[in-house]
Amino acid sequence: MTKKTKTICSIIAGLVIAAFIFYVGEGVSSSSMLRTVLQLGTIYALVAVSMNLLNGFTGQFSLGQAGFMAIGAYTYAVLTIPVDKKANVYYLYGIADSLANVEIPLWLGIIAGGLLAAVLAAIVGAPVLRLKSDYFAIATLGFSEIVRILVGSSPFNRITNGSLGLNSIPGNPSYYTPFIVAGICIAIIVLILTSSYGRAFKAIREDEIAAEAMGIRLSTHKQMAFIISSFFTGISGALLAMYLGAITSTTFPIMLTYNILLIIVIGGMGSVTGSILAAFLVTAAKEWWLRFLDQTMMIGDFQVPLLRTGFRMVVFSIILMLVVLFWRKGIMGQKEFSWDGLLNLFKRVKNRLWGTKKGGTLNG
Amino acid sequence: MDNVKPSVLRLEDITMQFGGVVAVNNLCLEVRKGEIIGLIGPNGAGKTTAFNVVTGVYAPTNGALYLNDNLIIANYPRGKMKEFYQGENKGKYTKSMILSPDRITKMGVARTFQNIRLFKDLTVFENVLIAKHMNIKANIFSATFRLNRKEEQWMREDAMSLLQILGLDKNKDDIASSLPYGKQRRLEIARALATKPSLLLLDEPAAGMNPQESDELMHFIGRIRDDFDLSILMIEHHMQLVMGVCERIYVLDYGIKIAEGNPAEIQNNPRVIEAYLGVDE
Repeated sequence: MTKKTKTICSIIAGLVIAAFIFYVGEGVSSSSMLRTVLQLGTIYALVAVSMNLLNGFTGQFSLGQAGFMAIGAYTYAVLTIPVDKKANVYYLYGIADSLANVEIPLWLGIIAGGLLAAVLAAIVGAPVLRLKSDYFAIATLGFSEIVRILVGSSPFNRITNGSLGLNSIPGNPSYYTPFIVAGICIAIIVLILTSSYGRAFKAIREDEIAAEAMGIRLSTHKQMAFIISSFFTGISGALLAMYLGAITSTTFPIMLTYNILLIIVIGGMGSVTGSILAAFLVTAAKEWWLRFLDQTMMIGDFQVPLLRTGFRMVVFSIILMLVVLFWRKGIMGQKEFSWDGLLNLFKRVKNRLWGTKKGGTLNG
Repeated sequence: MDNVKPSVLRLEDITMQFGGVVAVNNLCLEVRKGEIIGLIGPNGAGKTTAFNVVTGVYAPTNGALYLNDNLIIANYPRGKMKEFYQGENKGKYTKSMILSPDRITKMGVARTFQNIRLFKDLTVFENVLIAKHMNIKANIFSATFRLNRKEEQWMREDAMSLLQILGLDKNKDDIASSLPYGKQRRLEIARALATKPSLLLLDEPAAGMNPQESDELMHFIGRIRDDFDLSILMIEHHMQLVMGVCERIYVLDYGIKIAEGNPAEIQNNPRVIEAYLGVDE
């Protein structure tokens, strides 16, 4: 394929995706599953890509995503709930005086969510990033739990509304908001990853000792990756709050982190396009295609065994195990989507299907 | 007689003790500008430990290290080590200066590793390009939004010309781990050279090479010394290579320097022969 045809293909693919999003936005009823999957999938795609920046590209295995999402979501919610609705929201505990008259524009709220997550990452990162692999994962996991418990605890009642959570959070101004915000954020992450700093991150993933011997300062670069990742995770948290309209501390359990981990493992650790692809696949499967597993099903008088509430997650866990066992690199591995790669895939599939019939030998 | 050439690296009484084990004891060593120095000794003699002290991976327990006659690393037995210290020159040093490996690389000391440590899943070009990152002037924002195009362009050109000089330009887009062994060694040297060092430390560059490859390597080492205006300190077991290329040789055994001198002197030194072959009893 020449460079020109590739560019044309990319433009066409971009237009098709845009047209599809537009069609779902304009032509499909607002209660459609397709809309949910697209919007939620986009938000998960952003978290997955920013988690991948840290876990897949820099090689620092963090499990703190739910915590940073909670910070982003709560910051957005607290700062943007309309002043006249605040009395209703905080009916039980009242609201902190300094926040009573605060209502900032939505876009500023999103950025504030990201910034607060980044600031906390900077504070937590300094000690935590000294830890290696497993210990770093445990420490970030602990951080995530601390955040979740703190936002639901009584000392913060007048800010986070304690265990009641927040509602009346201003929703998406338009159906397209998550796509635009997530699109811009992912584009920035891709730019970071392809810059010299992105290469340094990859060097740290590959071999810390060699990276250090190449003059890359480990502490600052790890800190940078951690802060950037947390910033965009915070933004995605704000988007989630925007999408849901109401949040409590239980919206951000450890399971949320595992869900995103599932997405990046299936998509491929170290692949942006893999994460995006997997985000939509996993969201569609979870919210839509596998829903039937949670409902009891009767065929005549026979009740299909196992199908009941919660079985969906069992199937999900099995899928994760299978991926890790047999398909460790996920959909994309460390590669990114390319037209040549797609062409090769078609050729391989074609060989598989038709190659043997002609009696030709098959190589992998 | 060598006093004309300025000193590049000087180790003074460097002792490295791990718990109760003294890995390097009271090592004095000097590399002068343009020299190729060999560091040899039986396995476990403390050669790689000495390298790790020079490159900042370990902080020495006692002693001082000068780069271009500037003191950059110094330490003395502190804390628990005060009681356990078994080396010499206790109390001679009273200053503690410790640098991390990246700082030392920035000062112009590059190294290769005994067991090749390339960035395995990245391409040959990226491997060299990463070594150019340490001098980047752009911060992460300007690098992200491509406000440093000129700098990036310059980094790429520099890396490319280095690959050409070392004959790796045909393998530019290959994944590093897919290269044959000899080329991986060469790439590791290319990557070290990309940091623009004045002193290059080679840790067993000929390990695992056949006679022909190590012969090529001998000429290669001499050539890069001249082309890149380097001083080289290398650990090597391959005697033919060491004797052929090194101007002076230090011999370590059990962490202690047992001999130093030019190749002919070392070959005839009874203590060296004893350390390598053992003695009749």
